[in-house]
Amino acid sequence: MKIENENIEIKLLLEAMYLKYGYDFKNYSKASIKRRILYRLSRSGLKTISEMQHKILYDKQFFEILIQDFSINVTEMFRDPSFYKSIREKVIPVLKKLPFIKIWHAGCATGEEVYSMAILLKEESLYDKTTIYATDFNEGVIKKAKDGIYPAERLKEYTCNYQKAGGKSSFADYYSAKYDYALINKSLEKNIVFAEHNLVTDWVFGEMNMIMCRNVLIYFNRDLQTRVIHLFRNSLCKDGFLCLGSKESIRFSECSDDFVDFVKKEKIYRKK
Amino acid sequence: MKYEAIVIGVSSGGMITLDKILRHLPSDFALSIIIVQHQHPESDDFLARFLDARCSLTVKQADEKEIIMPGKIYIAPPNYHLLVEEDKTLSLSTNKHVNFARPSIDVLFETAADVFGEKLVGIILTGANEDGSRGLKKIKESGGLTIVQDPDTAEVATMPKAAIASTKVDYILPLENIGPFICSLYALWLKE
Repeated sequence: MKIENENIEIKLLLEAMYLKYGYDFKNYSKASIKRRILYRLSRSGLKTISEMQHKILYDKQFFEILIQDFSINVTEMFRDPSFYKSIREKVIPVLKKLPFIKIWHAGCATGEEVYSMAILLKEESLYDKTTIYATDFNEGVIKKAKDGIYPAERLKEYTCNYQKAGGKSSFADYYSAKYDYALINKSLEKNIVFAEHNLVTDWVFGEMNMIMCRNVLIYFNRDLQTRVIHLFRNSLCKDGFLCLGSKESIRFSECSDDFVDFVKKEKIYRKK
Repeated sequence: MKYEAIVIGVSSGGMITLDKILRHLPSDFALSIIIVQHQHPESDDFLARFLDARCSLTVKQADEKEIIMPGKIYIAPPNYHLLVEEDKTLSLSTNKHVNFARPSIDVLFETAADVFGEKLVGIILTGANEDGSRGLKKIKESGGLTIVQDPDTAEVATMPKAAIASTKVDYILPLENIGPFICSLYALWLKE
């Protein structure tokens, strides 16, 4: 009974968020969304999700807090080093032949992986002819991404990832550390365009040579995943690359035939 | 009671322990089994392959959106949380660690309890932290059956002890009895 009511309340809450603020979480995987709602509920002093729905409608600040809860920003520099190694060894030689390169990093969160790609492109002498579009639905994280300031305590891990990913220089060349923080070199930001874009409600904005969207689709249900894969197909030029997270796939979707596996293990696809 | 699924949480000492339990299960076993074993984040699917080779049921690493089938054994991929969805599919998340763990046993157990309710069996085995205690409690509160490995028979007793301390569990069983016990649940299932 309690669970049944909770599920109804969650549906109503998501509908309210959509109608009031235009953010659509109705096609997100339910179990994960529910955990995040209950987490916020337990810290809010509110008794039920219905009370939370009321608060969302009348208290924009509370809505902003919940939006932060909904947006998964767990990321790191050179996350999954073997993926970046494959990009360096297999994809870069193809990109080198192009006169200019457009990369879309969809769901970039706080930007660590965007700067990782920028470093890689710099080391391969491709940075100056590349534009990276780094987007997220969450305005707050876009701002953080733009700032490029990260806790120094993670530098050791990032350095290790950088080396495993085949880094050609010293990772310390790319940031300056001060107090407890590391500031990413501003020269890496020059060709990055940070912008808000919502994969649920927005559509194509350019023709890309490569799209990175890793560990975002796992939070969507099949209907929404299908929409986003369509969006990616339509946003890629012929022979463009699509990079997903290691446990994500396009093989369930009707767009499957439009792509070939390029590096199967790393979920790097290439559009036909 | 017709149980539908079994969730198992295990940490250090898990590989051998799981092998000793799962090898008892017959090939016509019809409950679904979903396992969180804490692993190094860079592990591959070795554990699933190891168990698959030694057990008469199919053991595989869980894929996202995979439909939970009877008689199949799913293992959470390293570095992802594994969740059960309302429509009895599995989903993954890279959200923050819970109890210093990803995958976290609590995350699996709590979401499974929501979906399977009283048709769920939760089992906590050997391990060196307290992950799973909250989840097992939720399974109990949702009417499911709770089992903990007797800490004296566990390679590391911390996790079973923590589970026993936080929930009035239904059974505390020595390792060698857990496999046969699961089989007896299935025998009852067949009779009903």
